[in-house]
Amino acid sequence: MHDPHKDPHLDELSGVSTTGHEWDGIKELNNPLPRWWVVSFYACIVWALVYTVFYPAWPLLTSATTGVLGYSSRADVRSELAAAEAARSGYVAAIKAADMQQILADETLRTVATAAGSAAFKVNCIQCHGSGAQGSKGFPNLNDDDWLWGGTPEQILTTIAHGVRAPEDADTHVSEMPAFGDILKPEEIASVATFVADLSNGTGFPEETAPGAQIFAQNCASCHGDRGEGNQEMGAPNLADSLSLLVDGEEAIAAQIRAPKHGVMPAWGGRLGDVTVKELAAYVYSLGGGK
Amino acid sequence: MLEKMDIERLDAEAVNSQKQRQVLYAPRKKIFPKRASGGFRRFKWLIMAITLGIYYLVPWLRWDRGGYAPDQAVLIDIANRRFYFFFIEIWPQEFFYVAGLLVMAGLGLFLLTSTVGRAWCGYTCPQTVWVDLFLVVERAIEGDRNARIKLDKESYSPRKLVLRTTKHVIWLLIAVATGGAWIFYFADAPTLLVDVFTGQAEIVAYSTIACLTATTYIFGGLMREQVCTYMCPWPRIQAAMLDEASLTVTYNDWRGEPRSRHAKKSAAQGAVVGDCVDCNACVAVCPMGIDIRDGQQLECITCALCIDACDGVMDKLGRERGLISYTTLNDYNANMALATAGGTQPIDPARVRTPDGKLAATLRHISLASFLRPRTLLYAALWSLVGIGLVYALVTRDRLDVNVLHDRNPQFVMLSDGSVRNGYTLKILNMIAKPRVMAVRIEGLPQSSVAIAGNEAQGDGTFLVPVEPDRLRSLKVFVTQPRHVADKQVQTFRFVIEDTEGPETKTYTATFQAPGGSK
Repeated sequence: MHDPHKDPHLDELSGVSTTGHEWDGIKELNNPLPRWWVVSFYACIVWALVYTVFYPAWPLLTSATTGVLGYSSRADVRSELAAAEAARSGYVAAIKAADMQQILADETLRTVATAAGSAAFKVNCIQCHGSGAQGSKGFPNLNDDDWLWGGTPEQILTTIAHGVRAPEDADTHVSEMPAFGDILKPEEIASVATFVADLSNGTGFPEETAPGAQIFAQNCASCHGDRGEGNQEMGAPNLADSLSLLVDGEEAIAAQIRAPKHGVMPAWGGRLGDVTVKELAAYVYSLGGGK
Repeated sequence: MLEKMDIERLDAEAVNSQKQRQVLYAPRKKIFPKRASGGFRRFKWLIMAITLGIYYLVPWLRWDRGGYAPDQAVLIDIANRRFYFFFIEIWPQEFFYVAGLLVMAGLGLFLLTSTVGRAWCGYTCPQTVWVDLFLVVERAIEGDRNARIKLDKESYSPRKLVLRTTKHVIWLLIAVATGGAWIFYFADAPTLLVDVFTGQAEIVAYSTIACLTATTYIFGGLMREQVCTYMCPWPRIQAAMLDEASLTVTYNDWRGEPRSRHAKKSAAQGAVVGDCVDCNACVAVCPMGIDIRDGQQLECITCALCIDACDGVMDKLGRERGLISYTTLNDYNANMALATAGGTQPIDPARVRTPDGKLAATLRHISLASFLRPRTLLYAALWSLVGIGLVYALVTRDRLDVNVLHDRNPQFVMLSDGSVRNGYTLKILNMIAKPRVMAVRIEGLPQSSVAIAGNEAQGDGTFLVPVEPDRLRSLKVFVTQPRHVADKQVQTFRFVIEDTEGPETKTYTATFQAPGGSK
């Protein structure tokens, strides 16, 4: 231990020497930091300086030093994306080469295409069809088995690729229901609306002598079918099933007859490319309503 | 005659004794533990061989699992989320076994500490084992205590440089081997060994080796006793774990005091003389640098080397062994009371000896009763209970499991003929390393029909689903019920999954949802 006579800076109470500084009689004890701590501290500073040489660090007027390693986080992301792209390139090539039947028959391909289609659906389709593809009024539910333009994998693919009434695509689905408000008398429209409402109530096709049956046969059956079964060639909905896209109730049916509304869907083939459209078709088909 | 005995008096001093408590910021005093020899030292060699053997060799054991799973006996397969331990395979959802083992380890540590004291610290703690190993190297290269102290005081010469470099290089090699062995628990050991040496291994393997090399070298070689004294929480927890019936390494001052360096002369002069000749052998061998004669202290890891050292001296002196011994506080207090006549007198070793110089029969020694106490029995019972529970859970656990996720968006789908369809994701877990074919059907939903994507129903309505070994298979299942039957908002039914070749069957109760009310 220190001898207070030899060390004028020793604090007698604690036995620790002081720094020699004194403020109004208060002295500062000299308890130095542990050496390992000081060494670590300086090592960190050295590390930081070396780091700035190797990595982007020092700000300049309009940019910053790039560091001798040339590292950038953007390049990192680019290479990671490229690696991901390369990892799935085998599947992409296989899906590109296969038709819908081959994709659905191969379990691996089907699984991959469905998963990729699910992701693409969430980006491009849920705005209208809903996150569960359950649709809403005017936008078809893709889970059920009621299809306007056909529910086979190929038909689904065609509809997604070319759209519905899409002006930008020459091969798009086109059809137009005339506005019968200009053709039929209001009471004729009312009676055919009653007839159509009865069609879907589950009791079978109404009597041929029912009011509206004749008007239906003359004006509607050419597109919607003799028994209201619809025609997917021209996107004419099935009126005899229990599902309806737009309307419920006689008044709504009458309104649709007077001045029909038509759904529109963009053509996705040109936007998303062949592979993604096939993946979307595989996903929609996997929802369970496909034929 | 005693002075003539060849008792080396060692110039050893405890680093932070009660009498000379150093300030918190005092620089470290180096410790040069002397080699001990005796029963406890031999026992520690054995423990070291066993623990290091387990650590280094276990990843190399093979275990045939029939070709569908890795053949490494102990493997933590993080990439595939499987843990293999000989005949046991654990999936992530069965991780509670590991939690159970940790609970057992905790209770075991309580049990061990409350009976035999800090045996974990003294014998099996990796810090203790590796420091021991590093000291072996140090002694082999630089010599024993006195040679090392001398070398340390020397200024750097070519000889000192060579010795020091050799020591640190060997320490680093041991450290690298320690880190290197660790990674083999996480991948196929033979493959990984080749990969590591050819530079093909993952970066995480190299960084793990680097980290463990650094910690082993720093903790085992450089910091040593400071890890136990300053970093480890366990010495602090001891205070709550030890009681007066736990064994601790104890200096029995009731027979050792008053200590004397010249016992015979002092005795001849009529002074009271104890057994301790103050040779400092116990301090010199202590890897923690303490003086056990100061009493039980936080730094003592109960490695028992001071017992060996003291027993050796007692043998030479022709005294009974056990001046330093494993003793409970109860026994110590009783013997102390005897030596001090109930605390009324200073210690007189004569009180614990018979007139002919033998230790008195009334002295208390280690007895079975100190082990069998309500506390230790409770620990043992809890420990066994958890163990039995784990074994029972392991023996009766399912190797076929099923999870059913009901589609929520949409919850149900109306079809064009009026029927209602619900979608489910069925997950079948084949938890053995063999491919199996599962028969899937549903029960309890009238007039329903089932469709599984990519799978045709058999004549009786079941689906045969092959599931790969050790894998989960996910199936999309559609269940449809006619509208007039599905008149309730919620119906319950069961998925039944049967192993077609074995006895295992699993059912899962699911719900079928509909708009409710008939249209």
